[in-house]
Amino acid sequence: MTASRKPPSATIHIDGKAHVVDPSRNLLEVALELGYDLPYFCWHPALGSVGACRQCAVTQFRDENDAQGRVVMACMTPCTDKTRVSLAHADAVEMREGVIEFLMTNHPHDCPVCEEGGQCHLQDMTLMAGHAYRRYRYTKRTHLNQDLGAFVGHEMNRCIACYRCVRFYREYAGGEDLNVFGAHHHVYFGRAADGTLDSPFAGNLVEVCPTGVFTDKTYGESYTRKWDLQQAPSVCHHCAVGCNIMPGERYGRLKRVENRYHGALNGYFLCDRGRYGYQYVNADDRPRQPLLRADRDAPASVVTADAALEQLAQWIRGGRTLGIGSPRASLEANHALRAIVGADRFHRGSMDAALDDLAIEILQRGPARIASLHDAEQADAVLVLGEDLLATGARLALALRQATRQAAFAAADAANVPRWQDHSVRLLAQDLRSPLFILSAHATGLDGIARRVFRGAPQDLARLAQEVVHLLDYTQPRAPDLDDDAIHLAHDIAESLKKAQRPLIVGGTSAGSAALLQEAANLCAALARAGRAPSIALLPAECNSLGTALLGGAGLDAALARIEAGEVDTLLVLENNLFRQVPAPRLKAALDRVRHLAVLDVLASPTTAAADLVLPAGSFAEADGTLVNYEGRAQRYFQVFVAQDADIRASWRWLQQLAPRLGKDLGANFDALTAACAASDPRLARIVDAAPSAAFRIHGNRIPRQPHRYSGRTAMNAGRDIHEPRPPQDADTPLAFSMEGARSGVPSAEIPIFWYPRWNSNQSVNKFQQEIGGPLRGGDPGVRLIEPGSAVESYDRPAFRAPVLLETVWLHELFGSEELSARGPAIASRVPEPYVLLHPQTADRVGLAAGAFVQVQADGQTWQARLRVSAAMAADVAGVPRGLPGVPVFAAGTVLQLRGADP
Amino acid sequence: MTARTAPPDKPLTDRIRPGHPPYGLADYERHGGYQGLRAALKMAPQDVTGQVKTAGLRGRGGAGFPTGVKWGLVPMGPDAPKQKYIVANGDEMEPGTFKDRLLLENDPLQFIEGITIGGYAIGASIGYVFLRAEYVLAAERLQAAIKECYARHLLGRNILGSEFSFDLYLHTSAGRYICGEETALISSLEGKRAVPRAKPPFPATAGLFGKPTVVNNIETLCNVAHIVHYGADWFRGLSKCKDGGTKLYGASGKVRRPGTWELPMGTTVREILDEHAGGMREGLKLRGFLPGGASTDFLTAEHLDLPMDFDSVARAGSRMGTGQMIVLDDQTDVVGMLRNLQMFFARESCGWCTPCRDGLPWAEKILAGLERGQGQAGDLDILRQMTRLLGPGRTFCAHAPGAMEPLQSALKHFRADFERGIRARPEQAS
Repeated sequence: MTASRKPPSATIHIDGKAHVVDPSRNLLEVALELGYDLPYFCWHPALGSVGACRQCAVTQFRDENDAQGRVVMACMTPCTDKTRVSLAHADAVEMREGVIEFLMTNHPHDCPVCEEGGQCHLQDMTLMAGHAYRRYRYTKRTHLNQDLGAFVGHEMNRCIACYRCVRFYREYAGGEDLNVFGAHHHVYFGRAADGTLDSPFAGNLVEVCPTGVFTDKTYGESYTRKWDLQQAPSVCHHCAVGCNIMPGERYGRLKRVENRYHGALNGYFLCDRGRYGYQYVNADDRPRQPLLRADRDAPASVVTADAALEQLAQWIRGGRTLGIGSPRASLEANHALRAIVGADRFHRGSMDAALDDLAIEILQRGPARIASLHDAEQADAVLVLGEDLLATGARLALALRQATRQAAFAAADAANVPRWQDHSVRLLAQDLRSPLFILSAHATGLDGIARRVFRGAPQDLARLAQEVVHLLDYTQPRAPDLDDDAIHLAHDIAESLKKAQRPLIVGGTSAGSAALLQEAANLCAALARAGRAPSIALLPAECNSLGTALLGGAGLDAALARIEAGEVDTLLVLENNLFRQVPAPRLKAALDRVRHLAVLDVLASPTTAAADLVLPAGSFAEADGTLVNYEGRAQRYFQVFVAQDADIRASWRWLQQLAPRLGKDLGANFDALTAACAASDPRLARIVDAAPSAAFRIHGNRIPRQPHRYSGRTAMNAGRDIHEPRPPQDADTPLAFSMEGARSGVPSAEIPIFWYPRWNSNQSVNKFQQEIGGPLRGGDPGVRLIEPGSAVESYDRPAFRAPVLLETVWLHELFGSEELSARGPAIASRVPEPYVLLHPQTADRVGLAAGAFVQVQADGQTWQARLRVSAAMAADVAGVPRGLPGVPVFAAGTVLQLRGADP
Repeated sequence: MTARTAPPDKPLTDRIRPGHPPYGLADYERHGGYQGLRAALKMAPQDVTGQVKTAGLRGRGGAGFPTGVKWGLVPMGPDAPKQKYIVANGDEMEPGTFKDRLLLENDPLQFIEGITIGGYAIGASIGYVFLRAEYVLAAERLQAAIKECYARHLLGRNILGSEFSFDLYLHTSAGRYICGEETALISSLEGKRAVPRAKPPFPATAGLFGKPTVVNNIETLCNVAHIVHYGADWFRGLSKCKDGGTKLYGASGKVRRPGTWELPMGTTVREILDEHAGGMREGLKLRGFLPGGASTDFLTAEHLDLPMDFDSVARAGSRMGTGQMIVLDDQTDVVGMLRNLQMFFARESCGWCTPCRDGLPWAEKILAGLERGQGQAGDLDILRQMTRLLGPGRTFCAHAPGAMEPLQSALKHFRADFERGIRARPEQAS
């Protein structure tokens, strides 16, 4: 975050012990980093210091002759050379205990029924500070709670007024509808009135709050204590950013997802799609047993795994099999499918495969370094090309919000105000922000902090970017027919990028535009030619789009062509709902041409409904796998639990078990598949290093998925069998479905729970970091597969074509555009109804008014949508939310036909 | 225009005529008004600051910080930020204090001239008056005076034909005691919660809207025109001590004539109480007094001969504060007085830091119990501990430490009164 680390050069004394430390940091974070247990509340490594809670009191001495000292707050004390402090001094000890006692005058004694109990920072700090006996004998102040929507619960009586919630929500994440009201000991943290929290990062309140004011509602609905959760390190599957997550399970249900700290990526925060998107794992309508039907008109019936695999093998042995992989499935699963059907008969399951290939090409050949989220936060000028990041890669949007503070940090440095002195930095900065430019079809959630925004269809955005390229390098052609305003803007962007030390270009595939991707590359190349060192972030659509692009294979369009040409008898589909990719008329016709459709998937979908054979695939929580995120970082996710009363297996395992029936050998475990996948392409060689292999042991021990306090192990299955079942064995990873094993020295990629003696809350992550807010010990998880090249030549531009009236441009919704997350009830409650978005002038031209129901036609499909009208939408074109339930699939650029309809 | 020649010995109240409205601009100028600003505009701004420094003017809001030094901290010269502000702190919410009200209601032009000179000295083109919400009459009269000054080009563009332009805005508070703390005042003036700010940066470098800002008390600014007009030596000569000028002293409580009076800085407590306040009411004896408002330590009869100046009162273990005394007599319940004060301080906590927000209500509840004779053993230990944990450096700003000053000294001087609250009906919870 704010870190600008300096080499250790200051000698400070803590309780007589000398330490050489970084003088640019505050005493609290330094003390924590050195391993001291010093209680705190209002300070947060990502939010800095504000000195509100007065908990981290230490006694500071003038010099070695000063025995009396004075109590100061460690979080507000710089580590200047010769600083002498004591944590153990009586005054400091009394202060820390006293502050807890003050907090407890109003905090209810409801720990036994509080969801935070057992993972509560306030509990931990209370024990640490030593307050045990209650002297306050008066009534406590009470508050009314609010309904904050489907994600976040609210229990204000527990509030200790540390102000972290409003600092995160408003100052860090830019939200406006949560605030602090009232004064003195009646301060109230909530909304002006009941209602759903607007911020797409609201779920972080659950982790930012040091006690049980803000809780995870989805977790609370089916609650389990933290120590009773079985957990495994995992990676979010709901976009391409690849945030690290910590899912927890009990009784065969996924109970929640928490942030899993990653220094280079998500840090301390997730977006709400990532946090709450897990609920589909518990969906009742998931396939849980293999299903087979005799013919297309017969209902599917449950069969044994053996029968299912034998049937599938029989079909494949018949020849003319085609495999369609998935950008949301692991590398291992895609690789296994390719090995089963053969490389020439394996197709990537994306209509955007060509865009993903282009992204890889740009990242590999171009000179720009790929920006991690941490790098993005340090960027001092940012240009976003065509992405609505809060919908397509929300965590990256949050990083860019921090990037705009770079100018503020520079101002603070100049004024000798430490960067961690958060409110002082904000005071100095006022509205000073580093430049952020957003080129998009419609308003984005970052517009409010952008220096300038520009609206247009993708080709318009690419044209403006071309002008910027020209201004950076006059040998490049000017963009055709730009008006004066656009040329002005291009000048402003070019100047800002040129002036920046760390310029960042952000693009992606969500607009479906190769031209935009190419201009991102051209910008980086032009900056490199101008002697700058640009960095780049290109967001593909899915969690493993880049992984599957590296794996290779033709795209989905080519697969359809082969099916349509009658070349396919058996179609084997991996974790892919083809109805989200291909217009239904075309897909139905194609599926009619195959004799056998076999689908491995997590969810019931129109594709599984059309299948002759369904193999229930493990979700991210029931399977191991490797994903490659937008940075080209291969990351491993681990199975959290084994589904009960179901035959759910990792997709790759189904395929691995199918292989011998086809005379193939895909090995016997996960590592074998990872190794084979790694061997298939030099660019994938390092995926084996994403995490230690299954053979990894710590002093002969595995790493337990269950906390050492896990309770009920012998009783939780007694309802069906009084004998304690043998725990599932894990041949694929070093993790164990057990509470026994090694807990210290666990490699960062394999940490199943952040816990440390005396630190039961998520704040225990301090103990796992090399430096506070920095990388985890042993380095952050994952390996980067893509190194930039040196090619600085530009891509040629296609001839500019102005958009025609009602040409479709894609819009995206954080809640609704991604398939898996939208299947859980909490996220589903936030998905908007289908809409078409027009600029007011465009709406006038087609004679429709805002709010009207319209019948929409495109590509031979008809659907109903609400007409939205916004001046922040590009003119002429029609915005359609991609992937939203109720919105059919068709190609970007299709011209819509709209007419008024009765609701 | 006839400038008055003989310098007054009570400059702040010289033009005040009890029972009459304040002078308009013409009368004000006839009585020496705007001579200070005229003189200042002929000086270099830094020289104005230098003169105020030499005069030994110390802030009259309570802390006593030398005004000239404060002005000198503001960046000057071509590299300084173009926009700077001067803010007058008229949020006079200190219990028992009513001196700024007197000055604003009865001689608003004196204040306007002072803040205009202050603006000139630090290079501020905009001034704000942050006025206590309840001071309705002061607001009316000040607003009228501001209007008159604009009409006569004593505010606005090119004042008195000089290069100096200065706009003055009146802002009436929404009513929180904490707004008297200068950084909380700035937060409030910006439209934010009235929460104090961490220092550094100090307002002199980053204050209102992040720009260099000086916040001065009303009484402080009222001295400025006289200093510039009559000189630093004259100002020092008004005083009985090393700090320059006169001071508006006051007394409330059960004295015969509660009020506020302009007297030489360093006048003794005895003189203020006996000669000006008329001594205690019939049948009452003085038990103690808070020398400068509710947030100062009690002094007792043994301190009657103490000169009321910043250093002497500090040496006696209290603070001169606003110089407006609250007198405690022998018939008033000291525990009740403390309960009332702590109720005020608890209610006025901004809620930012823990000891203040959660400690003060507890102190109030304990004192309420003691007042009803329902105190328990250990209550005084908690109160004593609180005077440490809510003391200077322990909290974010000076609000809670100020609240602890009367409490800690009362516990020392009037211990038996508190103990009576325990003995009366022990073991009774409230």
